[in-house]
Amino acid sequence: MKGAEALLKALEREGVEVIFGHPGGAIMPTYDALYDSPIRHILVRHEQGGVHAATGYARASGRVGVVMATSGPGALNLVTGLADAFMDSTPVVAITGNVPRALIGTDAFQEADVTGVTMPITKHNYLVQDANDIPRVVKEAFHIAATGRPGPVLIDIPKDVQLAEFTGSFEAELDLPGYKPTTKGHPKQVERALEALEKAERPILMVGGGAQHAHGELLAFAEKTGLPVITTLMGLGAFPGNHPLWLGMPGMHGTVAANRAIHHADVILAIGLRFDDRVTGKVSRFAPHAHTIIHVDIDPAEIGKVVRTHIPIVGDARLVLKEMLKGARPLKLATWWRELEEWRTRHPLRWKPKPHLQSQEVIRAFFEATGGHAIVTTGVGQHQMFAAQFFPVTRPRSFLTSGGLGTMGVGLPFAIGAKVARPEELVLDFDGDGSFQMTLQELATLVKYKLDVKVVILNNGYLGMVRQWQDLFHAKRYSEVYLADSNPDFARLAEAYGIRGIRVERKEDLRKGVEAVLHADGPVVAEFKVYHEEGVFPMIPAGGAAEDMILENPAEREEVEA
Amino acid sequence: MRHVISVLVQDHPRVLNRITSLFARRGFNLESLAVGTTHQPGLSRISLVVSGDDRTLEQVEKQLNRLIEVLKVTDHSEPHVERELCLVKVHVAGVEERLAVKDIQEAFRARVVDVAQKTLILELTGDSRKIDSFVEALRPYGILEVMRTGAVAMSRGERTLKVRERREVV
Ligand SMILES: Cc1ncc(C[n+]2csc(CCOP(=O)(O)OP(=O)(O)O)c2C)c(N)n1
Repeated sequence: MKGAEALLKALEREGVEVIFGHPGGAIMPTYDALYDSPIRHILVRHEQGGVHAATGYARASGRVGVVMATSGPGALNLVTGLADAFMDSTPVVAITGNVPRALIGTDAFQEADVTGVTMPITKHNYLVQDANDIPRVVKEAFHIAATGRPGPVLIDIPKDVQLAEFTGSFEAELDLPGYKPTTKGHPKQVERALEALEKAERPILMVGGGAQHAHGELLAFAEKTGLPVITTLMGLGAFPGNHPLWLGMPGMHGTVAANRAIHHADVILAIGLRFDDRVTGKVSRFAPHAHTIIHVDIDPAEIGKVVRTHIPIVGDARLVLKEMLKGARPLKLATWWRELEEWRTRHPLRWKPKPHLQSQEVIRAFFEATGGHAIVTTGVGQHQMFAAQFFPVTRPRSFLTSGGLGTMGVGLPFAIGAKVARPEELVLDFDGDGSFQMTLQELATLVKYKLDVKVVILNNGYLGMVRQWQDLFHAKRYSEVYLADSNPDFARLAEAYGIRGIRVERKEDLRKGVEAVLHADGPVVAEFKVYHEEGVFPMIPAGGAAEDMILENPAEREEVEA
Repeated sequence: MRHVISVLVQDHPRVLNRITSLFARRGFNLESLAVGTTHQPGLSRISLVVSGDDRTLEQVEKQLNRLIEVLKVTDHSEPHVERELCLVKVHVAGVEERLAVKDIQEAFRARVVDVAQKTLILELTGDSRKIDSFVEALRPYGILEVMRTGAVAMSRGERTLKVRERREVV
């Protein structure tokens, strides 16, 4: 057996069913072995699409996503996707070919120091020097990727190692003496946390992506205690978006209720989140009344990294919540809830209707037509925030977006990965005209594998989010954000790929358009031409605090007053 | 504040790279770094001198601990021994300078490890402050080269940075 065959066997033993990838010289022995392997391969058109698809697969399924690429250019095309998976703690294993060992370091054809390049954006990486190490390395890579704080792991295998005769064993043992994630929260701290909540007058529960797998325990804990729940962008779906205890998303484009709740909270229980600056704003002004912050995270390095933590609990969100649930009691929060209710009813998420079709109403229409029952993916920009605001998903693993890195172009490949992972689900990609064009070649992947993904492009003819900042902070100097003069006809573009294309331009055609998308047989690219100068509100300017929240577009307010 | 940190690592290729890349990426201030093997096969020990406030130091430790190949991290705040080795090549023009340098050598208990017609190489071990003063004392005589290893440190008494039970490294 060759190293390449051993690699695929080892992957099989990890339960890998599908690999996203793109071949090339240095990975050819493995592609040759793949020809006889039961593992399914999805050929993407760009390695970035492959790694994002593997990320989407992982996020939608809770399993490890796998991507494969050749050396040098192929491997380097993974960089953005690995960084994205790293920032959002997604378990991905990337396998790359490298030039033969004898050529490493000689600037050989298609050589790049891929382990060096990916060191700061992977949880760990390997350069395999001996074919007999393959089973152990694969086993370790999957273990590292999926346990503790999940993350991407890269395995770089020189071509001659793939070709070398494998004489080792598959019963390899993990050799990770320095890797022992703490999963069970300290009982004393759990007790202290419960006590703090009992004494609190204005407690809140903040939840991030690290609690997606803990949704059952989270729901039970929130319902038992009656705590108000806030979910970050990465936490969307971890708690049902239609639940009366849910206050929405915090931060830059969060709800008034969520941000005010944080501002006035005396005790904060934060689970599986890392206090990103898009959530905290200016840290020194974040949660000024919170005398107790309880932070539950599996990664000890997250605790105290950004905000002062009074009760640190290192552990897995699910296990910790399970423990907390045992001692949880209904809290007396009637007064607090009256305040929250007031903010929630006075300041719901809304938009100012215009004669033109608007992104918010398009997303809302899809939400209504589907009952919120879909896996949603997004690009990055205004449409992403509108999707977060107006498509409040109710189930975990169903809002896939790039939170930490904010990577434009993830929408379509995330959707591909999600559809491969959960083919029975409706997968909707809300994309921007800018974001979509970063990875649109993956339409070919939809065609090739008949993946029924519905792409909804909210075409505002701009790099909208950048334009919004130029509006607000750069005196409307629209420097290099105009796309409409050179955008393709998206519907015809889709048709060129053999995919159904739909275009909706007028308000009155919205329902019909939504129905056409949802009832189409197979993949669709639907372009909704939306109002070109929309803004996302509420908004807390970068580096601001809850009190600096801008509730609506200042320009529009002036118009009304004038 | 200056801190001396000891890190026990698996001596895999690139592990040093991972550590320096971590310092670069996180903007930690690394003043010196010294590495060597230990009595336990497969394990190396790294001494780092880092400066920063308590919060930064806490992050340094925690981020180091996140690295898969890091087994243990200790910030030597407890009583510890700290040593650095330094070689200094000085220019000695005449007898007078030679005698003056010899006085400094004796005062610091340094050793002469190379004698040439116009140069001397002196060797000194001690904590970093002692070495600073030694170099300063020699400066007027025309220092040609200074080579310092960076500090290494060890806790006093029973405390160790050993890992108890360990399988053979494959
Ligand atoms: C790869 C990448 N490049 C640049 C940016 C900076 N950026 C953030 S939002 C945005 C505009 C996105 O435009 P579009 O996808 O059309 O969405 P819209 O905001 O118009 O809804 C840009 C350029 C980014 N996030 N990612």
